[in-house]
Amino acid sequence: MAVLKDTIIIKDLAKTFYLKSETKEVLKDINITVKENEFLVLLGPGQCGKTVLLNILAGLDAPTGGEITFVNGRPPMGDLGVVFQRYALFPWKTVMGNVEINQKFKGKSKAERQAAAQKYIELVGLQGFENSLPKQLSGGMQQRVGIARAYASESDIMLLDEPFGALDAQTRYSMEDEILRIWEKDRRTVIFVTNNVEEAIYLGDRIILLGGHPTGVKKEYVPDLPRPRNYTDPAFLKLRNEIVANTDLVL
Amino acid sequence: MDKAKNKKRNLILLSILGLVLFFGTWELLVHVGVISERNLCAPSTAVQTFLYKLTNTKPDGATLFAHFFSSIKLSLAGFVLAVVIGIPLGLFMGYYKGMDSFFTPLFEVVRPIPPIAWIPIVILTLGIGFKAKVFIIFISAFVPCVVNSYLGIKLTDPTLIDVAQTFGASRWQIFRTICIPSSMNMVFTGVRVSLAASWSTLVAAEMLASTKGLGYMIQIGRNLIRPDIIIVGMLTIGLVGALMGWVLSLFEKKVAPWRYK
Repeated sequence: MAVLKDTIIIKDLAKTFYLKSETKEVLKDINITVKENEFLVLLGPGQCGKTVLLNILAGLDAPTGGEITFVNGRPPMGDLGVVFQRYALFPWKTVMGNVEINQKFKGKSKAERQAAAQKYIELVGLQGFENSLPKQLSGGMQQRVGIARAYASESDIMLLDEPFGALDAQTRYSMEDEILRIWEKDRRTVIFVTNNVEEAIYLGDRIILLGGHPTGVKKEYVPDLPRPRNYTDPAFLKLRNEIVANTDLVL
Repeated sequence: MDKAKNKKRNLILLSILGLVLFFGTWELLVHVGVISERNLCAPSTAVQTFLYKLTNTKPDGATLFAHFFSSIKLSLAGFVLAVVIGIPLGLFMGYYKGMDSFFTPLFEVVRPIPPIAWIPIVILTLGIGFKAKVFIIFISAFVPCVVNSYLGIKLTDPTLIDVAQTFGASRWQIFRTICIPSSMNMVFTGVRVSLAASWSTLVAAEMLASTKGLGYMIQIGRNLIRPDIIIVGMLTIGLVGALMGWVLSLFEKKVAPWRYK
């Protein structure tokens, strides 16, 4: 395996919220180096600040300490592909309208942006649904639109915030295969946030386990399992138990 | 399938039954003599008067259509003005904090004043002509347009704004492509309320000396003790109001179809 280049270096990152009556330390001493074109999973229990971390990476929020270095220069807003947990599709826009919007904001011509959008709609397997409204699609299909829309930003870096969290179990499994298929076909750096241990092991080149109060990096795991991975493989289960034992319980 | 069809048919029957029962009881009460015909005419008399008024100008000086036309001109003028000024104002106030701070206190003071309370000052400043009446109607229709458009912007899903931000949209692009479409629900609610308000303020506005209009016709009916004229005027106002609401909902389906598919 070729040595992967670093693409994002997160150093001593911290985030504290100053509320009226209290200060809330959410993230502290986060150190992560993201490699180019890897599938990195950030795994952590609910409410641990995963989304805050992702928002900071996306530029939606500012850290209160530490720094993030994008090796190739910080991609300007607009050159980021973010997939949101609850799809966050524009309900008044068709599938095409949703997928082309990034390039529309950038002022690309209609022909150009629709050609690009078409490519990504086909990448996620939604050809034939270009003119459907999100409401007319199932949850899994809606999130495919979300993925296509993020890919259409043509960003090198894709941020996925619990993208399958709202799906039922069956759809979730097939979407996990789907995202790997898409990633293998169109390689980009993927940062995938989840609270689901199996999902993390099934997908990740590397898994960063987050936890503690305030949240920091607990441990890094590199599943040495060939893809497609098998949920019932003893090695899979062994890793799963190891991670679960190390995870903070949230009740 | 058949069950659903039956249910739908039953519901339609119920709607008809409601109307029939209401007008039937009314008709009966007048005929039996519980209600004097001098005070309230029977629905059948109203229908006769309605047909008569389609072509005759007596006793109030104009045909029903002339009254209707005069009224709709007034109320649409006030309504359109309110929509054209009120919606953009509400949208901008909802989006730009400066606009919000500048206009909201002013608006909050003006808002609770009922449209009818404007009449005396309007007579003094604008007189009793077309302009004065349009202004009264405008006031009544303006407030719901502003309030609902404002709320529509405020209620935009923040995640959708996040999406646009990560995609590098400018503030204006976010306003235009995210906030405005997502506010359309509320905007249309406002427009619907405005339309109803503009139409119902009509009678009040037409009390400022008129020679035509449905409100005027009702006034004359009272002076002449002609309940049938009053009822025809009232029912025309009711029917036209319902019709306008229906046309508006058709228009809404055209402009904001994603809510209905």
